[in-house]
Amino acid sequence: MSQNKRLLLQGNEACVMGALRAGMTFFAGYPITPSSEIAEISSIELPKVGGRFIQMEDEIASMAAVIGASLTGQKAMTATSGPGFSLKQENIGYAAIAEVPCVIASIMRMGPSTGLPTSPAQGDIMQARWGTHGDHPAICICPTSVAEMYELTITAFNYAEKYRTPVILSTDEVIAHMREGVEIKDDYEIVNRKQPAPGDTSYQPYADVDGDGVPPLAPFGAGYRYHVTGLAHGDDGFPVGPGAKNDIMLRRICAKVEDHADEIAIYETQFTEDAELLFVAAGSVARAAMAVVKRLRAEGVKAGLFIPKTLWPFPATAYKACLENVKQVIVPELNLGQMVLEVERITGGKCPVSHVGKVTGELFSTEEIYDFAMAVNK
Amino acid sequence: MATTLDYLRTNKLPHIWCPGCGNGTVINALLRAIDAKGLDKDKTVIVSGIGCSSRAPGYMDFNTLHTTHGRALAFATGIKMANPELTVFVISGDGDSSAIGGNHLIHACRRNIDLNLIIINNNIYGMTSGQYSPLTPTGATATTAVYGNIDRPFDLVALTSAAGATYVARASTFHVPQLKTYMERAIENKGFSVIEAVSTCPTYFGRRNKIGDAVNMMNYIKENSVMRKEGVTEYDKTYVIGEFVKKVAPEYTDNYTQLIERVGGKK
Repeated sequence: MSQNKRLLLQGNEACVMGALRAGMTFFAGYPITPSSEIAEISSIELPKVGGRFIQMEDEIASMAAVIGASLTGQKAMTATSGPGFSLKQENIGYAAIAEVPCVIASIMRMGPSTGLPTSPAQGDIMQARWGTHGDHPAICICPTSVAEMYELTITAFNYAEKYRTPVILSTDEVIAHMREGVEIKDDYEIVNRKQPAPGDTSYQPYADVDGDGVPPLAPFGAGYRYHVTGLAHGDDGFPVGPGAKNDIMLRRICAKVEDHADEIAIYETQFTEDAELLFVAAGSVARAAMAVVKRLRAEGVKAGLFIPKTLWPFPATAYKACLENVKQVIVPELNLGQMVLEVERITGGKCPVSHVGKVTGELFSTEEIYDFAMAVNK
Repeated sequence: MATTLDYLRTNKLPHIWCPGCGNGTVINALLRAIDAKGLDKDKTVIVSGIGCSSRAPGYMDFNTLHTTHGRALAFATGIKMANPELTVFVISGDGDSSAIGGNHLIHACRRNIDLNLIIINNNIYGMTSGQYSPLTPTGATATTAVYGNIDRPFDLVALTSAAGATYVARASTFHVPQLKTYMERAIENKGFSVIEAVSTCPTYFGRRNKIGDAVNMMNYIKENSVMRKEGVTEYDKTYVIGEFVKKVAPEYTDNYTQLIERVGGKK
């Protein structure tokens, strides 16, 4: 008999519950709306399971503490929003090059800078990909419901552990703050990072021993005494100068994500089999777009919806598979055009791609998306 | 006792530091203190930020973490909080710890988390070729203060004492036995410990400020330093050497462990 239970949860609350289910034992954060509930609930729940919470002196320190905690073998997370996400970027890059698993929840609010605190927006989609300097891998997961806040937070931890990389869980303020029924299953797949064999004296923290681009990661204190640096490094973790070793390292850390993009991809398709008018929408916008698709279908328009739930890497293979009959793609976003750039790139000129952006700090009404669709789909 | 070489990754030598740099002397004192206290290499973590002194952990045979500029204490806080059984040292420079990392410095002091911070103070940004730091004396010259530094320097001992560190001491690359002794006391202290190690950068501070080479700079420290005396607050020398704070206060990770027990969480 199923042990599933149904709970009424807020998005941020579901995020913490998912994190705990995934095995989170450490949280470091700094207050910022609209993500603060993630810190607050973590501070209540973590000590109950023997985990540890710390409110750091700033956003930068929170990201640093999360990386430090992860290196001791803990599953660690922080949460933030636009301005704080910007501050964390240097250390997110550190986690990427040092290959330290961790999860960063970034609840998008209207920017730039302090912007419209704290109205919903989707202005940090590019920051989630390119916020830190230099070439680096990026995984960004975007839930569209409270139930997905729960399940995809588990996925975020699993991906962080599996690919030994920081994973960003980013959605808009609406999903974070609304309340919905969530079905909690009794069984979820939980992934733990690969570790070297006990007593492996030849352990090198960056040697791709399994050929999957993901070296095992030993916890500090377990007897391996290795070196971690944000400098370019070789398999042994020690700094290297210009030359092939940096090239190999950098290509490997990017490829370990890009080469598994189809495996990482999470998406949903609605009415895409025969779609001629395809909407591509993420987060809360996907919900408004769904209503528009249903209305258009009722009116005889072959409309469909593609919802990417991994924004990075974008689910390119699945998206392209939807394009067979498509004559027009419409990308509604709560920004002035970010995800649309990736959609255009992947569409590759096969059909026109139109963007409809909204930056009033308010949600799309279905009318707005519908009217835009009617205008471009004459 | 073991030799300091037993605690070094000798295959990573020679180091990158200039002739006459004080970093090696400070690391030597730290390794001798670690040896004297019998710390387990496997359970010891050395964290650093960015700068000349922050390259030290790469040569040291422990769990070592070379982080981002100014953030070593924040990374170390995560490590200690996540696994309080580890002994954690942070090696930092004057710029790394008190300029870009100044916020983390005062908050680590305030929490009294059991970390051992060694600030190697060479009065200058060495890695970037000699810009003035928060420890560059007023009037000294630097590549960004060629007309003389108008900034007032921090007193790291006063700063960290006021912020709540429970062990604060100052020694120098001339006062090596004191440096080792103070490091041992820092290890013994269950709380946040700060040791300012006054050091020398002949390449970028000594040369530009006409103090001379490494030997002259060492003599400069010798002639301009005085041992702290209990009850004396005014000194006529630049460098006051000694222990300034030795007190007992609740330690942060202990407090959290008690919090876990209070809410009935399993450890």
